[in-house]
Amino acid sequence: MSMLNVTVDGQATQVAAGSAILDAANQLGIEIPTLCYLDMEKKFNQQAAACRICVVEVENRRNLAPACATPVMEGMIIKTDTERVHAARKIVVDLMLSDHPLDCLTCEQAGSCVLQDLCYQYGLEQTSFAGQRNDYPEDATNKFYSRNLNKCVACRRCVTVCSNFQNTKAIGFGDRGFNTHPVAPFDRGMDESTCVSCGNCVSVCPTGALLPKSKEKFRSWEISKTETTCSYCGVGCQMNLLTKGNKVVGVEPLNGAANDGLLCVKGKFGFNFINHPDRLTTPLVRKNGQLVEATWDEAYSLIADKVKATKAEFGSEALAGLSSARVTNEENYLFQKMVRAAFGTNSVDHCARL
Amino acid sequence: MTNSINELIDSDVIFITGSNTTESHPVIGAKIRQAKKKGAKIIVAEPRKIDMVEDADVFLQITPGTNIALYNGIMSCIISEGLEAAEYIKERTENYDALVATVADFTPEVAAEICGIDAEDIKTAARIYAEGAKGAIVYCMGVTQHSSGTEGVMSLANLALLCGNIGIESGGINPLRGQNNVQGACDMGGLPGTYPGYQKVTEPAVKEKFEKAWGVELSDKVGLTLTEIVGKAGHGDIKVLYIMGENPMVSDPDLAHVEEALKNTEFLVVQDIFLTETAQLADVVLPAATFAEKNGTFSNTERRVQMVRKAIEPVGQCKPDWEILMDLLNRLGIEKTYATPEEIFTEISSVTPSYGGITYGRLNELGGLQWPCPTADHAGTKFLHAGKCARGLGLFKPAVFKPSAEVPCADFPLVMTTGRVLYHYHTRTMTGKVDGLNAMCPESFVEINPDAARKLSIVEGDKVKVSTRRGQVVVTAKVTPKLKENVIFMPFHFAVGAANTLTNPVLDPIAKIPEYKSCAAKLEKVAWDWSEETDQIK
Repeated sequence: MSMLNVTVDGQATQVAAGSAILDAANQLGIEIPTLCYLDMEKKFNQQAAACRICVVEVENRRNLAPACATPVMEGMIIKTDTERVHAARKIVVDLMLSDHPLDCLTCEQAGSCVLQDLCYQYGLEQTSFAGQRNDYPEDATNKFYSRNLNKCVACRRCVTVCSNFQNTKAIGFGDRGFNTHPVAPFDRGMDESTCVSCGNCVSVCPTGALLPKSKEKFRSWEISKTETTCSYCGVGCQMNLLTKGNKVVGVEPLNGAANDGLLCVKGKFGFNFINHPDRLTTPLVRKNGQLVEATWDEAYSLIADKVKATKAEFGSEALAGLSSARVTNEENYLFQKMVRAAFGTNSVDHCARL
Repeated sequence: MTNSINELIDSDVIFITGSNTTESHPVIGAKIRQAKKKGAKIIVAEPRKIDMVEDADVFLQITPGTNIALYNGIMSCIISEGLEAAEYIKERTENYDALVATVADFTPEVAAEICGIDAEDIKTAARIYAEGAKGAIVYCMGVTQHSSGTEGVMSLANLALLCGNIGIESGGINPLRGQNNVQGACDMGGLPGTYPGYQKVTEPAVKEKFEKAWGVELSDKVGLTLTEIVGKAGHGDIKVLYIMGENPMVSDPDLAHVEEALKNTEFLVVQDIFLTETAQLADVVLPAATFAEKNGTFSNTERRVQMVRKAIEPVGQCKPDWEILMDLLNRLGIEKTYATPEEIFTEISSVTPSYGGITYGRLNELGGLQWPCPTADHAGTKFLHAGKCARGLGLFKPAVFKPSAEVPCADFPLVMTTGRVLYHYHTRTMTGKVDGLNAMCPESFVEINPDAARKLSIVEGDKVKVSTRRGQVVVTAKVTPKLKENVIFMPFHFAVGAANTLTNPVLDPIAKIPEYKSCAAKLEKVAWDWSEETDQIK
């Protein structure tokens, strides 16, 4: 792969041909703000470059260049920290804010909103472009997320992820100019679209326009994140579990080897079973035909005695165990060890065939 | 999978068969569509017009249970048109002549007749598959859950070998594993014939190794499979049955028989996160922690071992399964204790050659490792059989088409098949507790073709009775052109209106997998329930 020489803010580096200016800056640890840029787009080199927040100066180029979508060329000299760059970015944010409600105090996205962060960075308390605003009714017809297009900044991330990565193509862009907004077919509710509720649009939305319908109220700064593997099908998607106290309150996708930032409806929204009130919370033992609460010690003793007695009376082949495709490798290992080493039989299987 | 998931994006042709990919493995479905966008050709062979058909260059709407006829028809066409990978066959395979002889009878015309499709479509599919330089076969339970399931898989392997599609990047045979750690459960020896790493229990050297590692004497007799265990339990031969994280009361075939068997088991232990239909029959129920409450590893469908990390403390008095099992092992005389799952994993690596080079340290650093990974400096294996097949020469195992154990007759004129829906997962133990998912798919149903529905005076939403030789259930009718007139479909997730009350427990003789995907059924409209009507009027 051929390498190109490039200078960013006076620092020289080499990047592979086909890299964007953003990649070169990242490599040097120089931060360029982004909004519409999607990490997963690298694969297809088809960045929307819709928001213009990542613009930079390129020597001998008349216009500012979007760092996310401009390929590096040999000998390119790039400046990311100039007055012209900052003025342009500030105008972009100001324009976005001109059609955005200032309800950050109650917005669920507050604290993890890219627009909010950019306003903070550029010191924008309010827009300098007062005037017309869009007024869309909220669409809550999807069971898992709501859509408030008044908070949409038309970055196109939702449409990109739906059309190019999830490939469900449930939404597109409707209207032009000031009225441009993501639409389901015929601008009707999401429930009338082909949406499969994967929630990938919700995950990539930089503002509060697309929000999961949560049972819990929480602020983003109250949340801890734990990297883990999804517990549904065998794809092995990587995700963060978002927890508040001892409760799982949300899921966000990670760029795992198998999922590259995507999840499905079960992975993204199907976590409420974890803290469900119907969970078993104590051992149960059958007494007089009824299952009644018991201590661990009681339950363990009962099992151990029964296993030993059965083995002694009927032999090991009278015992068997069904392991689980749901639990970890370590647990499957111990289970078959228990059946083989303690029960004394190889009659251990699980639902691989079902 | 012989390939990795992301290799599919660079395949030239993807042959999807017996997999409703976008519903059962949605993210892989998305990746296949990304491949399509990059120019891959898609072939779909399925009894139902699933979503993936929209992306297909050829759609072969086969009758359930006729997979092998189709694959043989495709191979026969490839051979008669000289499209096979002659060089590859010569250098890397054996027993090719037997395959040629077997499929010779299965011209596309013969196959088309059996499968209920057009011979020209078989030829088109054959040409597309053979002409793609990198062809990936993606299959799932629609191939395996038949009385000839193993031979179905062998046929697909024959097809892949025939076109040189084993041992290359982006070309191979790829079973999609349906559960988060079904791969790992197999890898870890949750099978009656193999210790961890598929080391045979009948091999004296292997037995000796594990006897030494665990400090006990072990049996060299192959154990019983799940379906055999349930069968023996029914006869009272299994006195103690320990079930961890499974719900055979919904997932197994012929549920009436399963219930009787579990009730007949003298002592039933169930370890789970909810009081499942199975747990309700138990003598002891142990409350386990969910994946969010413990550390460990899962192995995904592409053999990638990845970390599971604890996000919250176990609720109530729940314990992680590994702790429960360790406690019991200790009480049953196996003294070894483990402070963390990592210590268990270290023991796994020491006795499992394919996991030998995997450690928590490497997993945390790399995000995951694909087995085989025999040594600490091994980078893991992206695709299998590179250079040569694991056994040496790729062996053609020709299979002859056999009809399903049960075919339609005058009393049961329809073919019933089962599967999953997007919004639920297995027996709904988890998804049944999520409001949104239940709202999207609240109850069991049966899909029926519009013409078939008209003849039976059934309209969308009607209550209908589905019967087979095992039993009957009443469910809601969904009228859809997805199906051919002689086929009906039911999801198997539901305990009420359970598809598995109806399914045929006949087993594939080798894999002992039940024939969920094809049995003979009858459909009747249920007479209007006036009592319900009057209730509503009141």
